[in-house]
Amino acid sequence: MKQDFKVLGTRPIRPDGLDKVTGKAMFGADKSVTGMLHARVLRSPHAHAEIVSIDTSKAEALAGVKAVITGDDFEDVDNRWTRYTMQNCMAQGRALYDGHAVAAVAAVSKKVAAEALALIEVTYKPLPHVTDVDEAMAPDAPVLHEGVKGRNLGDDVSGNTVGYYSFGHGDPETGFAEADEVIERTFKTAAVHQGYIEPQACLADLGADGRGELWCCTQGHYEVRRICAEILHMDASQLRVTASEIGGGFGGKTTVFIEPVALKLSQKAGRPVKLVMSREEVFRATGPTMSASMDVKIGMAKDGRITGAHARLRYQGGAFPYQMVMLGAMSAFAAYDLEHVQAEGWDVMTNRPKMISYRAPGAPMAVYAVESVVDELCQKLGLDPLDVRIMNAAREGSKSSYGPTFKAIGLVEALEAAKAHPHYSAPLAPNTGRGVSCGFWFNFGGQVSVSMAINADGTVNLIEGNPDIGGSRASISMMAAEALGIEFDRVRTIVGDTASVGFSDVTDGSRVTFAVGIATINAAKAAIKEMCKRAAMIWEIDEESVEWIDGAAHAVGHNAGTLPPMTLAEIAATSGKTGGPIAGHHEGAPDKAGVSFGVHLVDVEVDPETGFTAIKRYTAFQDVGKAIHPAYVEGQIQGGAVQGIGWALNEEYIYGEDGRLQNPGFLDYRIPVASDLPMIEPVIIEVPNPGHPYGVRGCGETAIVPPLAAVSNGVARAIGARLYALPMSPPKILKAL
Amino acid sequence: MSKIHVNATVNGDAVEFLCEPDEVLLDVLRDRLNLTGAKEGCGTGDCGACSVTLNGRLVASCLVLGAEVEGSAIETVEGIGTADALHPLQRHLLDHAALQCGICTPGIIVAAKALLAENPDPSEEEVRFWLAGNLCRCTGYDKIIRAVLSAAAEMRGDSA
Amino acid sequence: MARVVIFGSLRAFTGGEGEMEIEAATTRELLKKLAARHPALAETIEAGVSLAIDGEVFKEAWFTPIGPEAEVVVMPLMVGG
Ligand code: FES
Ligand code: FES
Repeated sequence: MKQDFKVLGTRPIRPDGLDKVTGKAMFGADKSVTGMLHARVLRSPHAHAEIVSIDTSKAEALAGVKAVITGDDFEDVDNRWTRYTMQNCMAQGRALYDGHAVAAVAAVSKKVAAEALALIEVTYKPLPHVTDVDEAMAPDAPVLHEGVKGRNLGDDVSGNTVGYYSFGHGDPETGFAEADEVIERTFKTAAVHQGYIEPQACLADLGADGRGELWCCTQGHYEVRRICAEILHMDASQLRVTASEIGGGFGGKTTVFIEPVALKLSQKAGRPVKLVMSREEVFRATGPTMSASMDVKIGMAKDGRITGAHARLRYQGGAFPYQMVMLGAMSAFAAYDLEHVQAEGWDVMTNRPKMISYRAPGAPMAVYAVESVVDELCQKLGLDPLDVRIMNAAREGSKSSYGPTFKAIGLVEALEAAKAHPHYSAPLAPNTGRGVSCGFWFNFGGQVSVSMAINADGTVNLIEGNPDIGGSRASISMMAAEALGIEFDRVRTIVGDTASVGFSDVTDGSRVTFAVGIATINAAKAAIKEMCKRAAMIWEIDEESVEWIDGAAHAVGHNAGTLPPMTLAEIAATSGKTGGPIAGHHEGAPDKAGVSFGVHLVDVEVDPETGFTAIKRYTAFQDVGKAIHPAYVEGQIQGGAVQGIGWALNEEYIYGEDGRLQNPGFLDYRIPVASDLPMIEPVIIEVPNPGHPYGVRGCGETAIVPPLAAVSNGVARAIGARLYALPMSPPKILKAL
Repeated sequence: MSKIHVNATVNGDAVEFLCEPDEVLLDVLRDRLNLTGAKEGCGTGDCGACSVTLNGRLVASCLVLGAEVEGSAIETVEGIGTADALHPLQRHLLDHAALQCGICTPGIIVAAKALLAENPDPSEEEVRFWLAGNLCRCTGYDKIIRAVLSAAAEMRGDSA
Repeated sequence: MARVVIFGSLRAFTGGEGEMEIEAATTRELLKKLAARHPALAETIEAGVSLAIDGEVFKEAWFTPIGPEAEVVVMPLMVGG
């Protein structure tokens, strides 16, 4: 593996930064075109209702209204997962949750569109609903969709239970029998939203000739193209999707909520249509993450050895079938090397918006439950929580609780760094507790395309197909510069639209730096091979006698030293005469993304009078393999940690008896603000991933996993009582006191 | 209802526009004046992405009516610095990698500039409380706070 | 011959069998033979599975070589956020 980096590990300023600090960057809602209409969506006020009829005639008659659509405007599709997405964008026959779209309007202005919405008459017949996961799993629960129950499930659970997974090895009961202390607890965590500050927005233009243009904020414009082309029954080649700058996603923009609606309205009206969600719509109708109900039982010997562990995870993921609890069951005990372990999980539908990924989807809540029980055992047995974790930690060669045997991983290194850090030994103020938790995420590879052009002036253009959600254009340019041996500012990376570069999977699973990085390195290799060939031709020597070193072709072998090196710029300058433009490209599906572990330390102060919590100090340790741009890696760790703090303390989807969401706004759904927090100190650990030429693991997701338990464990130690549900709002803490 | 005729200045330039009586300043800026630097994160005054100054006072432009700004001086992120003459706040935000997605950045710059006009030497806590109305979901605020503090030091002429 | 480990809940489709030996040079060949041996697993394989080959996780790569001594863990398909 390469070690002596020139560009990697430095902190250049991102290429899109200037546009972003001067207000020039174009996000989803920032684009307008002439002749454009404005769209609005009408949403169900019911948690579950049959749509008896929709009368759109008055809306259609309003001056300035150019198109009105309902679920009837969408033809069926073959792929059932696409059908669910389509029916989530626009209800057909039944409204399945509060906020579910039932009709949409395109009009000459926002004002007319809003007026038209009020003229649409929908007759609903309310149906029984369920929003709680345990209630939805009970055999007598109202079932959202028939015929989708998991194949491996019996009559003890309702038809809302769409999946069952189990992972592990050994026999937990045997392990519990060996324990000196066994603790079993039940936990609940609320559904939380990704909370990206930019609401979903798009601009669609679908002409009578069947050609479509779509501009939208998304984590994956190829996925948007696939889903929309299937729903609109068009050829993928005819729909060009361009990703705008994206104002946050965190998993929430890996699918579509409005794009098919805007395209259909545009088709019907024959004009471009802009559709921008309000914040209320974002909360009511885009995907939050799952809420969970979980039982965890762990046995520990007096010396801290974990003898057996068992988790049962019940997740609710909203109104359509989905698969996600599996990742929770796989993550739950990943940090531990255990002989007897089992984690089971059930995916359950309810009358809530369809869930979508949120940073390390499925892992934070499972790890919260496990790390809480581990902490309670440490307290009970009088053991140091870091020592116990080090003793039981998964390491290279450990058989993971989800199957594979780990390669080189950095958990022990992170735990030891935490133990040695001054934070861990600092004295604690009164009413303050210090919490610890581990966290884990897999990281993924996936399909990717990169196209690189060497320009005649010695600069380089690179086109990739993954939207830049956290500075990836900078990281990709850095890897290209490193591979080619040139300066960072000679490379410009852009995100191509779906017509300009090959397919790329969505930006998810922390895969971009890893997968696009590999493709970039391979594209550079292809370009280097061509440049060496050109140099060999000019020098009139064998291609084999030319090597690429530090940005230049060098003659080696018996020609070594006889010819001065030929730089990239020199080769590029004559490329027109030596065989034409020089380029490199790579298409592939790299795997071997390395897993990433983190350990967080937090000091939480609890006011015994009010139950109010304050985060006083926070340190996050994470193995990232290799930090390409350390400042962005730090930013990912800090941002993830703060999202986890919000999950632990404040954030929550609150449903009333009527099944309606009670807090669809930032006032009542409170994400952390600047004054809630201290500085978040990131500590980067680099245990290289053997599956990547530069050792990269991917770093975006792990950091949201540990904070839930770390904060909860801190609260438990501050007040001497433990809470078993999130968020830990002041009234709940007061009750526990 | 007929539209209202308004005269104002935006970033020093005289502007004249017609708007609906219930149209907010944010929509006027974005839809009528093509200044899309101010963003709509919520439309209810809770996120700060739409921050602008009105006669030097920091406001959420989603809560101000376009019709109210007759005769006023408005400043948006587009008026704060240019690519070759960045405001220290803009430069320090870049240097500290204090933006990830960047959707909150215009509001943060406008709000922080208003803070430093009022208090050139704020403490960390003062910066945190002033920016409490500007939500950022990506960064955890750490690098933003550091950038604002170091920009303030530079503007004061401290050798920090 | 590769040692194939069917993990967790996927065993419901193999009649409880958790480990088997399969002679296969690539993942595609392995999955074909696995589906033939356990028809109940075919639907799941068709929908997609993840494979860990000697500890490294692969999503859907048909032609990944499998060494004669390899351990292959078959898991449900993983998707991210
Ligand atoms: S858009 Fe004005 S405060 Fe959020
Ligand atoms: S950088 Fe994304 S919201 Fe602040």
